[in-house]
Amino acid sequence: MDRAREETDVKTRDLAYIALFAAITAVLGTLPAIAVGPVPITAQTLGVMLAGSVLGARRGFLAVLLFLVLVAVGLPLLSGGRGGLAPFAGASAGYLFSWPVAAFVIGWLTERSWHRYTVLRGTLINVVGGIVVIYAVGVPVLKAVAGLAWDDALWTGAAVFIPGDLVKAFVAAAIADVVRRSYPVIERPRRAAATR
Amino acid sequence: MTLALYVPRASVVHRLPAGVKLLALAALAVLLFARPTLTVAGAALLGTMAVGLGVARLPVAVLARQALAVRWWLAALFVVHALTTDVPTGTHTVLRLLTLVLAAAVVTATTRVTEMTAVVQRICGPLRLVGVRPERVGLAITMALRFIPVLIERADRIRAAQAARGGSPRGVRALRTTVAPLLVQVLQMAHDVSEALDARGADDVPVRRSRRV
Repeated sequence: MDRAREETDVKTRDLAYIALFAAITAVLGTLPAIAVGPVPITAQTLGVMLAGSVLGARRGFLAVLLFLVLVAVGLPLLSGGRGGLAPFAGASAGYLFSWPVAAFVIGWLTERSWHRYTVLRGTLINVVGGIVVIYAVGVPVLKAVAGLAWDDALWTGAAVFIPGDLVKAFVAAAIADVVRRSYPVIERPRRAAATR
Repeated sequence: MTLALYVPRASVVHRLPAGVKLLALAALAVLLFARPTLTVAGAALLGTMAVGLGVARLPVAVLARQALAVRWWLAALFVVHALTTDVPTGTHTVLRLLTLVLAAAVVTATTRVTEMTAVVQRICGPLRLVGVRPERVGLAITMALRFIPVLIERADRIRAAQAARGGSPRGVRALRTTVAPLLVQVLQMAHDVSEALDARGADDVPVRRSRRV
């Protein structure tokens, strides 16, 4: 029975980590947006990238999902103090829904390159999960909800944000690399298998 | 730190069960997308304002804040539509989105966070079948809410300490000297919290787990 529990249940420790990264994502939303060009860059997707690259796929996914639940139940945690159900109804709803998926993809890739993780590799992973995935979901939803043409949707919904996203991908990887060496949270499959 | 968008009032809308309000919101969304005409969108917008401002007696500022948050989106959307399709399509697309945003804001402002959390737990009920325990979801929500002020406080403390030592490092160095150590610190804290919870029985599983397929 204990074995069964380990497999199906989220342990309290994991629950605490999940809650922690939901909180981190929330706090990052309170940072002032950096104005680079016409569109402000917020730190919130940094939280998404960190959740994936520090916690791994499953817990990262749940952490970002929990963050969205907190927003949905009525807390003004999105950058600019937005919150409640309204952001999920707007044209940018697709981006919000893509965040947990992005954290999952980043976590999955990070777990797979855990032993060879470098800042460069981490940055690439964050670009795949944090930029490609987010816009792959966000832009089509924007297009559908707002009834835009593809090129307009791509321009207003993706191109202007990408420079900032690249910076965030690097920042998240640099932080994750330090955390990986000093307080690894993702289990190391090889060693765990050897000691068991 | 006041953490809620809830506006207390004694109104019918406030007293409605959270689940009913959420269903109404979903129904409105379906209606607006199934019947994309100017009349429907306009009527829905007026109806939403009547419910929010008239029946629920919310301050105008509450709704205005959510509308202002999306103003650039809506403006850009309208311009793009006006240029590529036509003005009526742009108008009703903008009206439709504005209505949904405002309706969602009305639901949020009239429903307590605890009620919403209860709905989340209820929705999680069927997920028991795949091994999710709703009460654990509740625990995670509570922990996250507690961690938010703790994180802000810790970050402030580090900032103050660095200021006292003559300025904080910037750029990439700050990541290694400040942000990453802070993250390690709070990860340790989360671990301690979980051990304390487990010591008090948070990890106990109700004994009726025969359902392991």
